[in-house]
Amino acid sequence: MSDDLHQIWVYLSANPLAGLTLTLVAYQCGLWLFEKLGRRPVLNPVLIAVVLIAGVLSLSGIDYRTYFDGAQFVHFLLGPATVALAIPLYNQFQEVRRSALALVVALLVGSAASALSAVALVWAFGGSAVTILSMAPKSVTSPIAMGVSEQIGGLPSLTAVFVIITGIVAASFGTWVLNLVRVKDWRARGFGMGVAAHGIGTARALQVNEVAGAFAGLGMGLNGLATALLLPTLYHLIWG
Amino acid sequence: MLGTLTLLLLCQLAGELAARLLHLPVPGPVLGMILLFGGLLLRGGVPAAVQETAGGLLRHLSLLFVPAGVGVMVHVTRLETEALPIVVALFGSTLFGIAVTAKLMAFLLSRTDPRLQDEPATGNSAEGDRA
Repeated sequence: MSDDLHQIWVYLSANPLAGLTLTLVAYQCGLWLFEKLGRRPVLNPVLIAVVLIAGVLSLSGIDYRTYFDGAQFVHFLLGPATVALAIPLYNQFQEVRRSALALVVALLVGSAASALSAVALVWAFGGSAVTILSMAPKSVTSPIAMGVSEQIGGLPSLTAVFVIITGIVAASFGTWVLNLVRVKDWRARGFGMGVAAHGIGTARALQVNEVAGAFAGLGMGLNGLATALLLPTLYHLIWG
Repeated sequence: MLGTLTLLLLCQLAGELAARLLHLPVPGPVLGMILLFGGLLLRGGVPAAVQETAGGLLRHLSLLFVPAGVGVMVHVTRLETEALPIVVALFGSTLFGIAVTAKLMAFLLSRTDPRLQDEPATGNSAEGDRA
């Protein structure tokens, strides 16, 4: 009996099915808990799923690589999903053109402010070079952030962790900050969330207001583009 | 659905190829996004099927972050030894980024098109922002 179980265990842990299923089940649990506990931004479904999976892996002694062999099928979809961001961008194109100047200036300043302050703070508090480089693209949606991180010599997987925490911080405290600096225009509130905190910030903005959500999606897409173009270029200019 | 997925993958593949061949410092999927955006502009609209499938994919965008997020396990040691700079930078820069972007955007919007300004979001801290 226990020998049979062992056989099954050996089969499952060497098969993508287990990692893939675990990812989907944990995310569903995350969504369910998020709804049950009153949609508190701190209890983000992504955060819950990550904690659940990390717990299961630690308890069962499966290492991250084995898990990722299965989960890579979900991870792979980040590529096509990034391409698909062209569609909301196109849908909002009229709105974008109307406030083009404000968008471009706020995008460039906000994007630089997020990346430079992150780099400066890690450096000032004594972080290592790899952490600094992995931190630089953390305000951008993770498929882009991980690509940029790889190009400038950071650790893509560490960047992914920073990206997710950035989103959770923004979803939890973004509203408070926006009220503190007294920004009332929904377009500006949403755009700030999207530029500084990508998809998770956008999801949060959508919960609060539709206009804010549309501009957040726009901010996410534009900042992805700006960061992908500017950060590696800056890096090569400064460090050669 | 199959057609849309094929379209997205083709754009991504073209993007990856262009990035590699031309040594561009931009991830392939981003170039794919630009290609698709250009294509939509030329076509002058988004086909309903593409709108629907892409919408479905983007609705579950946050699921796609999970496998990479579990990578936190691999970095536990680094996160522990560099906890202070990491925490300060993540909180500080994220909240600073939101404030700077939103404040500047609101200022510029009020200067360039006061006509279009939405109703001030009064009472948002009481009702709309509970979630």
